[in-house]
Amino acid sequence: MTSGRRQSYGVKGAPYAFLIPATVLFTLFFALPIGYAVWLSFRKVKVSGLGLGAGARKEVWAGFRNYSDALTDSELIDGALRVLGYGCIVVPVMLGLALLFALMLDSDKVRLAPFTRLAIFLPYAIPGVVAALLWGFLYLPDVSPFHFVLDRLDLPQPDLLDGGPLYLALSNIAVWGGTGFNMIVIYTSLQAIPAEVYEAAKLDGATPLQIALRIKVPMVAPSLVLTFFFSIIATLQVFNEPTTLKPLTNSVSTTWSPLMKVYQDAFGKGDIYAAAAQATIIALATLLLSFGFLRAANRRQKQEAAR
Amino acid sequence: MSSLAVGKADTAAGTTPGTAQDRPPLRRRIALVPTITLLLGAVYCLLPVAWVVIAATKSGSELFSTFTFLPGSGFADNFSDLSAYRDGVYWQWMGNSALYAVLGALLSTCVSAFSGYALAIYRFRGRETMFNVLLAGVLMPPIILAIPQYLLLAKADLTDSYLSVLLPQILSPYGVYLSRIYAAAAVPADVVEAGRMDGASEWRIFTRVALPMMVPGMVTVFLFQFVAIWNNFLLPYIMLSDDEKFPITLGLYTLLEQGANTPALYTLVITGAFLAVIPLVALFLVIQRFWSLDLLSGAVKS
Repeated sequence: MTSGRRQSYGVKGAPYAFLIPATVLFTLFFALPIGYAVWLSFRKVKVSGLGLGAGARKEVWAGFRNYSDALTDSELIDGALRVLGYGCIVVPVMLGLALLFALMLDSDKVRLAPFTRLAIFLPYAIPGVVAALLWGFLYLPDVSPFHFVLDRLDLPQPDLLDGGPLYLALSNIAVWGGTGFNMIVIYTSLQAIPAEVYEAAKLDGATPLQIALRIKVPMVAPSLVLTFFFSIIATLQVFNEPTTLKPLTNSVSTTWSPLMKVYQDAFGKGDIYAAAAQATIIALATLLLSFGFLRAANRRQKQEAAR
Repeated sequence: MSSLAVGKADTAAGTTPGTAQDRPPLRRRIALVPTITLLLGAVYCLLPVAWVVIAATKSGSELFSTFTFLPGSGFADNFSDLSAYRDGVYWQWMGNSALYAVLGALLSTCVSAFSGYALAIYRFRGRETMFNVLLAGVLMPPIILAIPQYLLLAKADLTDSYLSVLLPQILSPYGVYLSRIYAAAAVPADVVEAGRMDGASEWRIFTRVALPMMVPGMVTVFLFQFVAIWNNFLLPYIMLSDDEKFPITLGLYTLLEQGANTPALYTLVITGAFLAVIPLVALFLVIQRFWSLDLLSGAVKS
């Protein structure tokens, strides 16, 4: 790229100079905290005597003790299972709707597309806490319009904030907040497909549905793969919505999701060592999942290219 | 709703004969299924927003007695009650959120622009390693970072301060990623080379030549980061205990926590949520035309 004619010291040093702010911030707020968390995960507090006095509480090496505790902690495992169930609802529904809306926006002769596109994207601008708060009130029997209507019709009114429906209630908040963003991502890549691609299919008499399923969906597959990937990561890290619903119902425990459990152990119980070990396990699981997923996606892409 | 759309479509098709003439009449019809599906989606997405707008107008008793989507008469009272709550701490929260989001997004955009430009334009040792390490930051669950960040900032006596919320959010791996993609697409290598031939310094080439070309992409990065910081809950939740420094998300959460058991406080929470939604929705409506959203899919595809 650079011709090398005027390669002064300034040019060689420039990229490093431009990267100084990012490097400093990365070191201070990413690398150092991660290293510290890993270090803490191998430590524990040893209390001698009654635990009173200055030298009574000492930090000592714990080996893998915190890790084995975390992996057998039923609260953490239950939380992970709950989030898995929640993710099995959120990800397919959210991406299914996003793809559906994107295809509809992209179809010929659709009306009111700019308005509906904006309306569906709007929840992206609303903080997760506020979204959970709004839906929380809509679920609350005293205030809810659903309960109002069901009450007038003399129909049974399910408690949306308990048991099985709670999963649906929480999933709905995530679907509501995330569909628009994913729709835009898929829609913009649909728009990038040149029109000639469809012409041949149209001449052959293909219906819009056939064009959508046979041509459009395969062509936006890379976008779908990435939205899928980011949705899974975001779902596993759910924290804000259940935390916000907590004051409205007793069914959301302080350890409902794994991240809530980490928070609870760190600040509720004050056991930062256990919390650090759990956090490290979650980070490792996320990384493994990510690399596995990206490798599989790459392999598929290569196979497609070879075909 | 659908019949209205059909009626409008017919008149619209009728007033534009130029486009309709050379096509068979069947094709003038609107696609009903997509239009109705999208309208249903829009209704679903607007429902909670419409609810909070209406609920904010209700007095405490109206909230529980009148039909949900019937406007009430108590907005002025709710507004003054909320403003009076704890000597106007609500407006302090709004101000704090604006401060965190504007300042944080500005700094973040600068850092992203520097890094993205360097990674896109220069070839140097460790370029890909640096880029990949920065990107791995996206995958880190926020709490994995926030707890040790809190513990480390506590050692520096910086927790419960504005800086403790601002500083960790300046470096955005996603922002660096978008900036690199955008700089690579928008700044041609020969323009940079021409600048060098003219004897301009690297800094001058960046500020005078490259940066103006990168502006549309940087606006997008700014907006993403603004929304991300405004919506952030976990970091301030962990860092702050003094409610004078809370952003609006955390403030509303504490209000809900106190109000959940006292329905008298519901109106305060609802009015607070309504007012908190206004600035972001307004910003969103005004600027959505400036977002280069195609950057998203471009970024996703490469």
